[in-house]
Order: sequence, then C-alpha cells, then structure tokens
Amino acid sequence: MDPTKDQLIGLYKTMQTIRLFEERIVDLYARGEVPGLAHLYIGEEAVAAGVCAVLTDEDYITSTHRGHGHVIAKGTGLDPMMAELFGKKTGCCKGKGGSMHIADMDKGILGANGIAGGGLPIAIGAAWSAKWRKTNQVAACFFGDDASSNGTFHESMNLASLHKLPVVFVCENNGYGISVCQAKCTLINDVASRAVAYDMPGVVVDGNNVVEVYEAAAKAVKRARAGEGPTLIECKTYRWRGHHEGDPNQGARYRTKEEINTWKEKCPIKQFKKKLLKDRIATKKQLETIDKEISQAISDAVAFAQESEFPAVEEMYEDIYVELGEAQ
Amino acid sequence: MREITYCDALNEALRQCMVEDERIVVLGEDIGCYGGIFQVTKGLLDEFGPDRIVDTPISEAGFIGACVGAALTGMRPVAEIMFIDFTTVCMDMIVNQMAKMHYMFGGKGCVPMVLRTNIGAGRGTAAQHSQSFHSFFAHIPGLVVAAPSSPYEAKGLLTEAIKNDNPVIFVEHKRLYTTKGPVPEESYRIPFGKAEIKREGADVTIVATHALVGAALEAAEEAANDDIDVEVIDPRTLSPLDKETILSSIQKTGRLLVADEDNKTCGFAAEISAIVAEEAIFYLKAPIIRNASPDTPVPFSPPLEKAYMFGKEVLMDSVRRLMAYA
Repeated sequence: MDPTKDQLIGLYKTMQTIRLFEERIVDLYARGEVPGLAHLYIGEEAVAAGVCAVLTDEDYITSTHRGHGHVIAKGTGLDPMMAELFGKKTGCCKGKGGSMHIADMDKGILGANGIAGGGLPIAIGAAWSAKWRKTNQVAACFFGDDASSNGTFHESMNLASLHKLPVVFVCENNGYGISVCQAKCTLINDVASRAVAYDMPGVVVDGNNVVEVYEAAAKAVKRARAGEGPTLIECKTYRWRGHHEGDPNQGARYRTKEEINTWKEKCPIKQFKKKLLKDRIATKKQLETIDKEISQAISDAVAFAQESEFPAVEEMYEDIYVELGEAQ
Repeated sequence: MREITYCDALNEALRQCMVEDERIVVLGEDIGCYGGIFQVTKGLLDEFGPDRIVDTPISEAGFIGACVGAALTGMRPVAEIMFIDFTTVCMDMIVNQMAKMHYMFGGKGCVPMVLRTNIGAGRGTAAQHSQSFHSFFAHIPGLVVAAPSSPYEAKGLLTEAIKNDNPVIFVEHKRLYTTKGPVPEESYRIPFGKAEIKREGADVTIVATHALVGAALEAAEEAANDDIDVEVIDPRTLSPLDKETILSSIQKTGRLLVADEDNKTCGFAAEISAIVAEEAIFYLKAPIIRNASPDTPVPFSPPLEKAYMFGKEVLMDSVRRLMAYA
C-alpha cells in the first residue's frame, strides 16, 4: 500500500495547495474581501491530503467547519471554491453556503458542516446508501477531537459498526475544541481508544506525517470496500492559526507561543519536502516549479472570485425547495 | 369504495411505494417485527426484509442524519420517529441538515426523505409523549410539513411525500390511526400546497388541522341546525400553505376560526390568523378566534388532560361567538 512516486508528488501538491490557499485567505480576510468566518486548516494539511488520496471521485466525504483542506484534497476546483468564500454567484454553492458549507456533489463532497459532529450521521448515511445501492463506494468522515464528545459520534460509530458500513472515521485531533484543550474535555488520551466500545479498529497516526495518514487510510478504505466495516483513525495534529481568523493572537488566550512553535517545527509539508528530496522523489527545482504553479492557480482563483458577480437579491428565494420537475 | 383505517392507509402507501421503487428504505425504532408503535409498518419486514426495513437503536440523531446522507446520495429513506416529542433529540439533523442542504449547496443535491411522526394528547402519556408542536417545523424554510386528517389524505399525502424530492415532516395524529374512511386501492398522490374545502359554507370559515377537521365537520353539521353555514378548510400541508383557498374563503364568509392542536402561542393557528389579518382584514366581520391547546405542558391526570383537549363543543361555541357579529 506504499504510495507510488506520482502519488507522493500528488500528496505534496495537495498539501501545498491547501497551505498556499489558506495563507492567501489570511491576507484576503484581513483586507475584508472574505466575509464571515474563516477557520483555516494550516498545519493539518497531511490529514486531508493523505485520506483523500486513497478515495475516488465517486467516494464521499463529509467535512467540518474547518473544511477548505478537505474540499481541495477531494478535488473541487480552486475557482468555484474561492468564489464561494467571497460569496459570489460563481461559487460552488452559488454563494449561498460559504466557507462552512462548501459542497460539491460531483466530487462526493456532502458539505462542510457548521455543526460540530453534524457530519458524522450524514457520512454513515452515505455509506449505508452505497451498501444499499451495492456500489462499492466508501465514505470518509472528517471531524475534530471535541466532536467525539458529541452524541452523534457515538451514535454513528455504533450504527456503522452494527451494519458494517463502508465508512472511515477520521478524527483530526488538533488538541482543542476552540479554546478548550482535550484534557479539559475528556480523560482519555486517544480518541481512537473509543473504537473499542464499538468493536472496530481504532488507530492513532502522526497526523503531520502524510505517508502515515495515507497508509492508515488505504488500509481502512480497503477494509470498508471489502464489506468488513468501519475504522476509526485518529490523526494527531495541530492548527497553527487561531480557531478562526480574528481569534486574538492565534489563540494566545489558551495556548503558549512555545507550544505553537513546537508544532510549527513539525510542519507536515516541511517534513515531507525533506523526505521527497532525500529519497530523490523530486528535485528542489521540481518542487519550486510546483509551488509556482500552485501560487499562480490561487492568484487566478482570487481574480476569478473578485471579478465574479454577487448573486442577485432575488436569488435568496431560490433553491429553498426542489421545484416539481426540476432535474436532480 | 372500501373503507380502511388511517393506519392501514399509511401502511398501504408505504407498501405500494416500496414495491415500485427499490430506493425506498424504512428506518425507525420498533418498526420491524413489532410493526411500529402504532402498527403503521406492520408486515413490511416480512415482505421487504431487514435490509429495507431497519430497526434502529435508540439513536434518533444517528439514524435521521443517516437518512439525510442516504437521501443526498440516491436513496429515498422514510424514517419513523415514534412520537413528535422525540424529534427534539435529533433537531440538529432536521433543522440544520435535512432542511438546509439543498439551499446551502446552491440548489445542487436534494434530500428526498420523509420523517414520519405523530402528535396528539388523549392517551394518558403526559408531557413527553403527547405534544403537538408540528408548527415548529412549518417555521423552518426548506421543510414540507404534511398534516393528514383522514385515511384518504394519509395515503395520498404519504405517497406524495415519498415520491417528492423535498424533505418532508409527515405529521400523523394518534387518535386518527384507528379511524376508518374511504381509500382507493390504487396508488395516488395528493399534491402539496393544495388545501381541501371539506365543506362549503357562507357564514364562517373554519381552518382546521388533523383530528380537528373531523370535529369541525361535526360542528358544521350542528351549526346547520341553527342555520349557520360553515365552511371547513383542511390545509393538508402546513408548508407549503395554500393561502389562496383560505383567503378566498374569508372574502366570502368574513369570519375565521382556526382550530389546531398546537399550543396557542406562536402556533399554526397564530400564523393563519396573522395571514388573514395582514391580507384580508377588511373582509372580516368579526375578530378572529383561535381554538388551540392551552400554553401548558400536556398534563397527566385524566381530568386535567381532558380539560387540555378540545373538540366539537369548543368549536361550536366559537362559531356562535363569531356569528354574534352581524
């Protein structure tokens, strides 16, 4: 299940796209171009990249309020995604969803979700649907460490295990539910240990090591497709920015600079870049070219979003219901 | 036409739809070998098997959310929540997920699922098994709220709910399950947003829901003895609401009584009253009257529960009060 050379380069591209996209949002948000709330994924890129690399376009994901990384990794174009964050008509949800609700049915993205723990039951439903329809699709469900204290986590784990649903539960453990650290939310060290209660495998991986995430996800997806049921993968990682843009001093009220810096040293992209160079998978120059291409694509997406129109006010009243005869 | 019960009419709708469409699955608590708490799913497990008739653990948020995910991805699930009171434990899945996906996704993707549940006091089951807060769901954009008042409506509306691409809160009524009425054997659909004028009249309009439609028709019979001509309108769906039928009736009668079992404050009766006040006040000859449940939890003690409930007599009294205005 080792990734091929092309797959390794792909993982790098995905992680770097997420990083550069999010860094651009920092700037755009500060300048007031991106309205609402922006929960950035910087520091956690290896999780989305590693998991989505083992999924096909037909597979499903459910995402979270911190969803940009998942959406990019699952393959939504940067243009409609950026436009959505700007609230423009050309956005993937016509500007009606925004950062916390980006969805792309063509790519199996069943929505970011503004409700912590909200995506878990939806993911098992998609997996159940695949089982009913006998399609061999898998659903991957991203959620944070603190969502595992929500009832939906336990209900979904139980139902998925009971019915052997083809779902992979991916806990992105960044150590905090907004400002409250894990130790103040639960006495267990590893969310993965909760899998025992539902008779499914629970594994802990270094969420900043994209190959480790990839391998764990590949194993879990294989198990799901074989009809053997769900897996819980806990990826230990860290968010570098505050809970959302605007969280004072990147969360200084509840965590130390030292802690943030320690994790920055474990940067998933820096680590992986080193590995690619050391293993001679890519040259420095090749990676620089990739970086430049990504930067350009992001600039193009920003230009696309800026030039796009806002939806007309009348569109507020559209898409509330599916009209009779409307093709879906 | 043959007569069957409201319960059997619902059962028949489910069965006929399931035979026709393999994408339909039914999930809920005790809906399998038990046949559902009110026997609506009786016999379906034997006919369709445990893959399509799924007894769930007591995990309302889990299985309602699963229905949302399944509906988004090509299935047409029908979920049963044993009592409307229990929807509160899965309210996020209903209000934030089921209702809003189509909108939040910019019109891409839809959630063709039905959540069947029921309202109504009168069974001595007190404050957590007897409520009638169906109005709440009509408050949420994106949901269809169906309110069948007879076996005929039960079958036709449920068939429509299952075949419709929108998420539907299908609100049945406990006391109606055993009532009988004429129901066609073949499958048929009652369109959403089309009220039914159950009885035509010129003096008073009663807009009634659920079991109160029957009570309103009885009141109309009695009123006829006093030469009062009552029109009875059953909205059939609370959302979408057929305002036009109600407003044209008011233009004719000039008197409105709304009869609905939700609590009076902010209930469905308040909404109908507000619409008529906003859009047809100059046609009114008398103040609007709401007959709704008192603003109390449903009490347990039999005399208290009896006092909580109302029917023909209360409606009749309201009709007379309306007629006191020339």
